Parts: sequence; C-alpha cells; structure tokens
Amino acid sequence: MEKMLMKGNEAVGAAAIKAGCKYFFGYPITPQNELPEYMSRELPKNGGTYLQAESEIGAINMVFGAAGAGARVMTSSSSPGIALKQEGISYLCGAELPCVIVNMSRSGPGLGGIQPAQGDYFQATRGGGNGDYYTPVYAPASIQETVDLVQEAFDVADTYRTPVIILGDGMIGQMMESVEFKDIQKRRLPQKDWALKEHVEKGSKKLINSLYIKPEEMEPHLQKIFGKYDVIKKEEVRYEKFNCEGADVVAVAYGTVSRIVRNAIKKLEEDGIKLGLIRPITLWPFPFEAFDEISPETKAFLSVEMSMGQMIDDVKIANAGRLPVEFYGRPGGIVPKPIEVVDKVKEILGGAK
Amino acid sequence: MAFTEEVIFAGFGGQGVLSMGRMVAYAGMLKGMNVSWLPSYGPEMRGGTANCNVIVSDGLIGSPVVADADTLIVMNRPSLDKFESWVRPGGKILVNSSLIDIKVTRDDVEAFYYPVNEVAAECGNLKAANMVMLGAYIKHRSFLEENDLLGAFLKVFGEAKKNLLPLNEKAVAAGATLV
Amino acid sequence: MSIVFERTRGMVDMPLHYCPGCTHGIIHRLVAESLVELGLMDDAVCVSSVGCSVFTYNYFDCDAYQASHGRAAAVATGSKRVLKDRTVFTYQGDGDLAAIGTAETVHAAARGENVTIIYVNNAIYGMTGGQMAPTTLVGQKATTSPNGRSAELQGYPIRVCEMLSTLDGTAFAERVSVHNPANVRKAKKAIKKAFEVQTAKQGFSIVEILSTCSTNWGLNPTDSLKWLEDNMIPYYPLGNFKTPEEN
Ligand SMILES: Cc1ncc(C[n+]2csc(CCOP(=O)(O)OP(=O)(O)O)c2C)c(N)n1
Ligand code: SF4
Ligand SMILES: [Mg+2]
Repeated sequence: MEKMLMKGNEAVGAAAIKAGCKYFFGYPITPQNELPEYMSRELPKNGGTYLQAESEIGAINMVFGAAGAGARVMTSSSSPGIALKQEGISYLCGAELPCVIVNMSRSGPGLGGIQPAQGDYFQATRGGGNGDYYTPVYAPASIQETVDLVQEAFDVADTYRTPVIILGDGMIGQMMESVEFKDIQKRRLPQKDWALKEHVEKGSKKLINSLYIKPEEMEPHLQKIFGKYDVIKKEEVRYEKFNCEGADVVAVAYGTVSRIVRNAIKKLEEDGIKLGLIRPITLWPFPFEAFDEISPETKAFLSVEMSMGQMIDDVKIANAGRLPVEFYGRPGGIVPKPIEVVDKVKEILGGAK
Repeated sequence: MAFTEEVIFAGFGGQGVLSMGRMVAYAGMLKGMNVSWLPSYGPEMRGGTANCNVIVSDGLIGSPVVADADTLIVMNRPSLDKFESWVRPGGKILVNSSLIDIKVTRDDVEAFYYPVNEVAAECGNLKAANMVMLGAYIKHRSFLEENDLLGAFLKVFGEAKKNLLPLNEKAVAAGATLV
Repeated sequence: MSIVFERTRGMVDMPLHYCPGCTHGIIHRLVAESLVELGLMDDAVCVSSVGCSVFTYNYFDCDAYQASHGRAAAVATGSKRVLKDRTVFTYQGDGDLAAIGTAETVHAAARGENVTIIYVNNAIYGMTGGQMAPTTLVGQKATTSPNGRSAELQGYPIRVCEMLSTLDGTAFAERVSVHNPANVRKAKKAIKKAFEVQTAKQGFSIVEILSTCSTNWGLNPTDSLKWLEDNMIPYYPLGNFKTPEEN
C-alpha cells in the first residue's frame, strides 16, 4: 500500500478500522479530538457505529456493553477523561472483556494543561481503578509504530480477554508522519464463546460479570486472571535496545521522549560519550529483561520522562540496586530539548569526559 | 553527511502556515524521505498564532520538535519575535516583509525579506501568500522543486481544489523569482 | 462630561480570551452587573466549569473555584453547605451541564440546593473545537456529526429548563437569549431574579442563556445572532418555566 502522511489521532482510527473495530464510543477532549472526529466520518462507511457518549464514564460503559456482546470496540480520551474511565476499566478487567483504550495524554493533576506529558504512567501501569488487575500498555514512539501497535492491541485484547491501553501523548496525537498499513502477523484468536450473541442458543445462558460475592470464588477468579498475566509477561514484552553495548550511560525513555534521547545520543557521540537507550514499548509488562546485561563501562541508568518521575520506579526495580539510577524530567507540558539530556549525561559523568 | 532539514513555519491563524508545513512534509515524503510535521495546538489557535515544526531527512527522525531550526519562515511580526532565537547559527530566516516592518536582529543567521502578500495579490489572490513564500523557500533549500510542491498541493487539499492549481503554480513561480 | 458607559466593577480589568463576537462576553457582563446592583458582588462565589468559560475565575471580581468537567453543581453544593450566606453560582456550558454534568445538575435541583446556575447554551462544544453537544439541533453539523445530527442515531437535543422545572426542588427556571438588545435586557432581569431567589433562600435557580459560537458554527458574528434567532429559539422557547410564588 502507498505511504500516506497522517496525523497520529487519525492514524489510530484508520488502524482500528483496519483491525476490524466496528464500534467506537467517544467524548471530546484535547488533544485527541481528531480520533473521534475521524471515527464519526469513517466508521459508518465501514459498517460500524460511532457514538458520542454523555461522558467518559458513559463511553467506557458502552464499551463494556459492546465488548460483552463480542464486538471489537475502542474508546479514546486524554488524561482527565481516562481518569474518569478507571472504574470502567476495573470492571472490564474483572469481567475479562477485550477492548482497546487510547490515552493521548496531557499534563495533570486535575485539569492541568493540554500539552504533551507522561504523568499517566502510574495510572496506566498500576491500574487506576480498584482491585487486583493490570492492563497491557503500549507506548508507541512514531505514527508508524502507533498504527502497527493499535492493530496488535486488538489481537492481544482478544487473545487474553483483557482491555489494552495505547498510551500516546499530545505529540503522538497531533503529529503527522508517513505511514504504511502493513498486515500484522496473524494470531490464532480464541472463539468468543463467552460473549452474548444476536441469536440465543437454548441452554447456554451468558453472563458478563465482575461480582464474585464469595471469597472462595473471588480468589480463584483472581488467580485465573493472574495466570493470564504470567503468560502475557512471558509472551508480550516488547522493547528496543539501542547503542547499549559499552555505553557510558544508558537512558530509559518511552514514546516521544525516546526520540529526544536519540538526538542526544548523536550529539554526545560528537563529544566521544556513548549514551545507550532502552525503550520500553510495553510499559506493562515492563521489559525487565532488557536490564539483565549491563556493560562494565556503564556507570548509570538515566530515566528521562515528561513527568516528575514515574517510570523511574520500574527502572529501579529492573536495576535491582546494581547502578545509580538518575532522573531527568520536564513535567507540565514542557518537552525537553536534546541538549538538556546531553547536559544531564555530562553531569552524571562528572563534566566532559 | 546525511541530509536533514528542520523548519519552523509561523504566522497567525488563516495565513496557511500549517498547510505550508504540510506541503513541504508531503513533498518530502513523495520524494522518498522521512518526514514529520508537528503543529501547535489548543486554544491559543483561537485567532492567535499558529506554528508548525517540519523535519525532512533521509535518515531516521529523532525528536519531532525543532529546537535548532535550519530555516525559520515567519509570516507575521509576533512570530519573528517569538522564534528568532530558535534558529541555529548559520541558519536562514525568511521574513514576510509585507507584514513585518522590523529586521532580524541576529547577525549569525542569514535573513531574507520578501513582500509575499503584495506578490500574491499581483498573482490574483492574497491567500496565495503562503505559496509565494514556499516558492522562495525551495530556492533556498534545493531538496524540492516547484513540481514537488504542486504534487503535494493536490495531496494536502484534495482533488476538489484542483481548480486552484493554476493560481498556486503562478504563486510558487513568482516566489521563486524573488530569490 | 457625563459617563454613559463604563466597565462594571464586578469584572476585573483584563481582556477576555473569547473569540471576537462571542456572546459569552455579554453574559459575563450581565452576571457581574446583576451581582453589583444587588450588592452581592463582594460575597459572591463563582464556580467555573470546563468549557470556553473555564477562565471566568479570572474575570469575575470575587472568590472562585474551578470545578472538574460537569461537576460544578456538586462543588457549588459543597461550598454553599459550608458558606450558607454567600451567593454561590456556577457558570457552565451546555456540554458541561447537559452531558457530563447531567447527574450533578439534576440532583442539585432535586435537593433544592440554594445555588444559582448560569447555563450558557450554544448548542456545541466550543472549547474543544465544535463537536456535537447534547443540545446540538437535529440536522446541525458538528465535527462529530459531519452530516448533521440525526435523531435516529444521536437522539434529540435536551431542553434543560423544561426538564428541571418538573423537579420540586427547582424554585426558578428561565430561558433567555442575548441575540439583541431587548433580549439582553430581559436576560439581565432573569439573572437578577435568580440571585434574589437564592438570597431569599427559596431553592435552586437556573437561567439558561442562548448564546452564539461563530467560530464553531462557521458563521460571522452577525449571522450567528440571526442563526440563533431562527434556529435555536424555535426549539428552545424563551420564557419563564418556574418562579416562586410571591408572599
Ligand atoms: C473529563 C473531561 N472530559 C473532557 C474534557 C474536555 N473538554 C473541555 S471543554 C469541553 C466542552 C465544552 O463545551 P461546553 O460545556 O458546551 O462549553 P463551551 O465551550 O461551548 O462554552 C470538553 C469536553 C475535560 N476537560 N475533562
Ligand atoms: S469557540 Fe465559540 S464559545 Fe468559545 S469563545 Fe469562541 S465563539 Fe465563544
Ligand atoms: Mg457549548
């Protein structure tokens, strides 16, 4: 297929439609509006339904209904709206319903600001709702990767009967880059025999539910869900490791920030300093294995984030006390410049080498 | 060395600065290069300023945010005030002198002044001022030709705007002669 | 020389961020003038909502909260229960009040909360760039109803005043408009009355004000006023729906 120049938000919509998404429930919020707007134009042409909910709470529960009826379904929002969806996400996890939720995040807490930020890392990877659960979280760094991961996300959702989160930021949503719609590798997907069907089969009552009132039933339910998480941790971890062999410092960064680190890598090369990059593509499950091998030359890890420091907790767990773990962050909607990362690396190394 | 061009386009809403950037990005993509286009967004767009960052490269594009621009294109005065310092030493600033009556203050960059509004009016439509500027731009940075821009015009605006092609062709050509 | 027009004391001396021709500005002025004339400005409490009017907290010269999207009536409830003698009002758009904030609004009214709601209905989500609102008219185009709102797919616009006036806790409900000077005068009367109802501790009061959004309607400011008159008023009839009995 020919390359197209597409805005991130619209590319998500196009990828979802290509993945067979037929239902989208949205609510306006900057900086993701082009996604529901795209779906309102394009889904009906592709035999699907777009509906604007009365709120993000409404939207996520419409997802609950549609997913329970076996449909491929998506919703999207940005940080404060994703906060409102947390109850619904918890229920979706409890009822084991597959769906894809997109967060083009902005700064917070509260109404915060509308510029790109990464302050929703905890919310996405720790589960912002109540109870014991996780959701796979993909953090694309380019529009092409967004398009690929959105399609993947629907398959992962169906494979494990779980909500999947795409965590972008205002930049991923607003930016245009060239994209190609490649066919992703096909998975063997399980039948949705648990879902409600249009035509009722006698004697096969279906129930979509997260209530297990007896502790002796709730416990095995959770053990079953966490059994799936063990498989996800084994099979679905994704990351990229770049320039780490013999690196003086290894940066850890996801999404758009990883691209800023790439510029810093080039600039530092000119000064004879080698900066490596570990880029988690799945934030949950976090790619702990990427930290297994550390070059003897490496003096520190550096977590670079557009927040006050959230992923750094996972970096510390992965590092397991071996090296110093440093942090550089610009929160509140400020995008760090490559030179700031360069300076931080030099500071860690004690001035120019 | 690999080729990379980083540009900031800035002006007020309605001057077509976002589409200028999109056309350069599209044209670059059609020539087989990697491109990124990043707009300013949010309520500041309301009657206020608009800008976009465009990167065209034959290598991988890192940050889509342009911090040290090779070229800055400013269509109104507040944009020059805001972005003058964002250009790398040795970079170029193309100034819409129809609306900007001051000069670039830095002496480590090259500045060029083009009255693109007047030229566009002579071509028949003031709205084509952005195309005049693009015509001048591609003369300064020779990775694109007039035809590339016009091909991109159809991609950005769709076949429905095909009737505007002759005007824009004229505007781009007129811009090119300014350099 | 006599002064014929001046800035109301109720508003801070700073430029408004609204688009040229937006009627949010007129409504701000009416609210501020009403509070000043009633002697309530100094102890007023403004609850700003999430919409184009999110920055009202900068403009009214009184204490203010900034509430999360849709929850202004709940924030006002909490505030008023503590500050019983202050004049607590919310300033909300149609998306904020009639979509995400429906539950908070209906229940504040049902409880008869002694607060005033200034409800600005422009039939669109203005701040976020022109998406369909719960009040968008059937057939009206919006960025998420590109072919015009379809009753079959998206249902019907909500008439908030009519709905709330069925609730016993609602003391005062009136719909006004600001598309011409005569209506601006009527609008101010209604706003003043609503605040008086609050002062007299008579219960929940709401003034729905039909407003324009040239930017997202894709019309110039003058045509917008005409569009409001021709399209909104037939569906959203002006008038009083409920008022406390005089005693
Ligand atoms: C939880 C949440 N969802 C969505 C938004 C985005 N948002 C900001 S303003 C707005 C709607 C504003 O429309 P309206 O209330 O009609 O006010 P107007 O701008 O038209 O005056 C929305 C949805 C938000 N800030 N928070
Ligand atoms: S977008 Fe509409 S409602 Fe908002 S300030 Fe502009 S005209 Fe007013
Ligand atoms: Mg509105």
